[in-house]
Amino acid sequence: MTALDAGPTEAPRTFFFNDPVIRGIVYQIVVGLILVSFIAWIIGNTAANLAAQNKTTGFDFLWKTAGFDISFSLLPWSRASTYWQAFLVGITNTLLVAFIGIVVATILGFTIGIARLSSNFIISSLATVYVETIRNIPLLLQLFFWYFAVLKTMPAVRDSYELPLDSFINQRGIFFPQPLPDAQFGFVWIGLAVAIVGVLVLRRWARKRLEATGQRFPVFLTSLAVLLVLPALVWLISGAQVAFDPPVLGRFNFEGGVQLPPEFLALLFGLSIYTASFIAETVRGGIQAVNHGQTEAAQSLGLKEGDRLRLVIVPQAMRVIVPPLTSQYLNLTKNSSLGAAIGYPELVNVFSGTALNQTGRAIECIALTMLVYLILSLLTSAIMNWYNARVTLVER
Amino acid sequence: MTDTGYVRSELVAAKPAPNPTSGAVVWAKKNLFATPMDALLTAFGVLFLLWVVPPFFNFVLGHAVGPMGTVEECRAITAGACWAYVYNEMEFFIYGFYDIPQLWRPNIVFALGALLFVPLLIPKLPFKRINALLFLFVYPVVAYFLLAGGVFGLSEMPTEKWGGLLVTLIISVVGITLAFPLGIVLALGRQSTLPVIKTICVTFIELIRSVPLITILFMASIMLPLFMPQGMTVDKLLRALVGVTLFTSAYLAEVVRGGLQAIPRGQYEAAASLGLGYWQRMYFIILPQALKHVIPGIVNSFIALFKDTSLVYIVGMKDLLEAVKTKNDSALEWQSANTATTGYLFAAIVFWAFCFSMSRYSMFMERRLNTGHKR
Amino acid sequence: MSEPSQTTAASGQATRQDKATSTKPAIEIIGMHKWYGDFHVLRDINLTVGDGERIVIAGPSGSGKSTLIRCVNRLEEHQEGQIIVNGVELTADLKRIDEVRREVGMVFQHFNLFPHLTILQNLTLAPIWVRGTPKAAAEATAMHYLERVKIPEQANKFPGQLSGGQQQRVAIARSLCMQPRIMLFDEPTSALDPEMVKEVLDVMISLAEEGMTMICVTHEMGFARQVADRVIFMDQGQIIEQNEPEQFFSNPQHERTKLFLSQILH
Repeated sequence: MTALDAGPTEAPRTFFFNDPVIRGIVYQIVVGLILVSFIAWIIGNTAANLAAQNKTTGFDFLWKTAGFDISFSLLPWSRASTYWQAFLVGITNTLLVAFIGIVVATILGFTIGIARLSSNFIISSLATVYVETIRNIPLLLQLFFWYFAVLKTMPAVRDSYELPLDSFINQRGIFFPQPLPDAQFGFVWIGLAVAIVGVLVLRRWARKRLEATGQRFPVFLTSLAVLLVLPALVWLISGAQVAFDPPVLGRFNFEGGVQLPPEFLALLFGLSIYTASFIAETVRGGIQAVNHGQTEAAQSLGLKEGDRLRLVIVPQAMRVIVPPLTSQYLNLTKNSSLGAAIGYPELVNVFSGTALNQTGRAIECIALTMLVYLILSLLTSAIMNWYNARVTLVER
Repeated sequence: MTDTGYVRSELVAAKPAPNPTSGAVVWAKKNLFATPMDALLTAFGVLFLLWVVPPFFNFVLGHAVGPMGTVEECRAITAGACWAYVYNEMEFFIYGFYDIPQLWRPNIVFALGALLFVPLLIPKLPFKRINALLFLFVYPVVAYFLLAGGVFGLSEMPTEKWGGLLVTLIISVVGITLAFPLGIVLALGRQSTLPVIKTICVTFIELIRSVPLITILFMASIMLPLFMPQGMTVDKLLRALVGVTLFTSAYLAEVVRGGLQAIPRGQYEAAASLGLGYWQRMYFIILPQALKHVIPGIVNSFIALFKDTSLVYIVGMKDLLEAVKTKNDSALEWQSANTATTGYLFAAIVFWAFCFSMSRYSMFMERRLNTGHKR
Repeated sequence: MSEPSQTTAASGQATRQDKATSTKPAIEIIGMHKWYGDFHVLRDINLTVGDGERIVIAGPSGSGKSTLIRCVNRLEEHQEGQIIVNGVELTADLKRIDEVRREVGMVFQHFNLFPHLTILQNLTLAPIWVRGTPKAAAEATAMHYLERVKIPEQANKFPGQLSGGQQQRVAIARSLCMQPRIMLFDEPTSALDPEMVKEVLDVMISLAEEGMTMICVTHEMGFARQVADRVIFMDQGQIIEQNEPEQFFSNPQHERTKLFLSQILH
């Protein structure tokens, strides 16, 4: 149609389905209906199946006595405990191994990530070999290796290997003395707390002084000294004593001391070593992501190497490192569920395994288990969003 | 010409650097002994290698019992790895309980797969489209009937008998192939402006990504049969495939989303200004570019999936790792101190070889894509 | 091999010249060679820069201009010959390198501002941590220089929020905050949009008029004509020709110089 076509033109009539808004609504209704009917179909089937098997549903089973053993638990546990308590034991065991695993994996991962960037050929090659080997072998296989091939082939209790400091390692895990501090020892803890507060105050003061007078203060060495000397002094003066309860070979097993079962150790080794290889790559990428021009600019301003790293490079690298690092932490936590395969009583093992088998409440048990992981990851991503909003570089 | 002026009359020819810049000594000085600290680290590294390498070498090769060895040799106190065990159980590790006279069938499947898959990986080779169609649509059908049998006079072979590396490969390849289209749809849905569709996709993706694969496999194993109409049984392999596919599709969706976001706005606008509809825009303009961008990410997802197949023991399938574990625990005739270690070592080498070559391939593609982008 | 004559500035500014001849030279480079691996990038460089002198280095890309000025504050190390800055010879000695870097400011092609710090923090970082200037004083100095480069209102923004020209002016101010005696400019306008080149050049011209010792690697020949005491032409890692701007542009001697000038001056 051109402008030459004078005369009255009819208002253009749109076929209703060609209106993008209406089309969008129709699409959504169709998809929604399909989804709802699919879910309804599943629910219907499930209800029919459950009825046929004479099974009931509901969460009332949580308050019933579980009546099974859990080999390793931080919370008090007996056969008389309820399924709800079993649930909590599972969560604490998951969190315990995840927490220690995260600490170990972070230290190991940062060390190896930095080693990969070393100008020393041997060190960087060793780090590369570590990363390329570990991350290309399934975690479950590594767990089996640690558990079946290493820890389970340890000698029987009678022939335990003796480690330094009255510790032992055998088929049943590692045994080491339990420290039993006396009442006086509380003062040492107080001393340590005071030292930590002191160091924080010292750092603030040093910064203020630098800004006011331009004088540097050796913060790191002083802090180290304060942290070591103050608690040690308190210890000496208060005369606090720490008794040790060493493991002693009894008739069947060691008595006293602390026992770390092989399931826990294998899971901890596997998770830390596996995740460290991914963290190492994250760290390497983060440091490499900082433009070389930043180093040069800092150099040409006369900043010394330590200051250069602390004030210019690390703050920028951390922005890149932290988000993937958190997702590695989350992966480690999710991967701790593989402990089920070697008998570590974490959440999946206790609840989606034993409890599910005993009660037959499959849907409830699996849903609760998934809910825990869901909450953990929602929490993490909430913290991450807050962090990202705080550190995002402001751009035009 | 004033007194400030200067003109060089003769050019200075290039001459070699005063100190040699190459050669073993220079290299060592620069890479091993640049500073006292470096020298210390080097010494430390060498000591570590001396501590680790010889025992490892002795275990794997030096004192190992070769494929033709006997269990008595493996039981000797000084013996290293027991390769005879792996050699004798190899068929189980690769095929599971598959009937031995029928092993030619999986072998043909392996060969066909390699024949179709390898050319797909080499960017230079032609006929990519036909090749991909054959691999994605024809090959699975052929492979299924060859393996399962029941037609053309082939004896029936239930999936319970499949196992070992065969199952590992089937689950990972079928898993990624099915997860791929699902992942693309989820990624597009997540980018959609329609709130209902977006919510559904986001919920699905985030829900799956926040729970461990092992719980999804539990669900597939225990709840999937409950979800089906009464009397309908779900094959174990199928359960594993459903779980693995749903899991992988959520991760692939995020990979694809990254690619979609990397496409400049101008591409969307140009496509729209040509009058292309939504699906045309996506199919002809956006997805080809976005997917090319994320090939490395897709390969990495495949590596993750390949490693994750080791978890299908949950639904009762015997993949490579589970096959090795079964024999480690049950092959009494091969029992020795190093049998289990050797078995796991073998599985580790197989997994490693697959994953490492794929990750190298992913790096190769990444470099290729980067240079292609700059031009 | 001919030795180049090493004369200092002979520009019209008599006061400058007096000062230049009365004190030791700001930079002295004697028979300097540099290799990247086996590649001979800088060959037999001899150059003396007097106090307060302004030098412009021109030449085709890959001729070693940037490498030369990066050697002056030891971002690159040379293998033969001597580089003496403010009477301190550059060697592998870290202390000397620090000493030289404190006195030599550098402006980069790509600004290299610290993206995680505000403009003010960018400017005060080195004075506080290197010179030990109290924060309040460092900030006052920073504001002073921000005013000189005419963007005091941007002090609390981040580098990413500024235009290229503004960023480069901040980068100049950042160097000035260390109160350097010598400023090195490594193609400071090459990464800028045309309309932003002038604002950066204006700052550089006013610096030159105040008597700052400057070495600029640049393709801005108008700038060279206006402020340089000497123009140096480099090719293939060596100084081919040097002269006062007037002579250099109107009466180039070497074939390569002529060719180069005919290509850039249309």
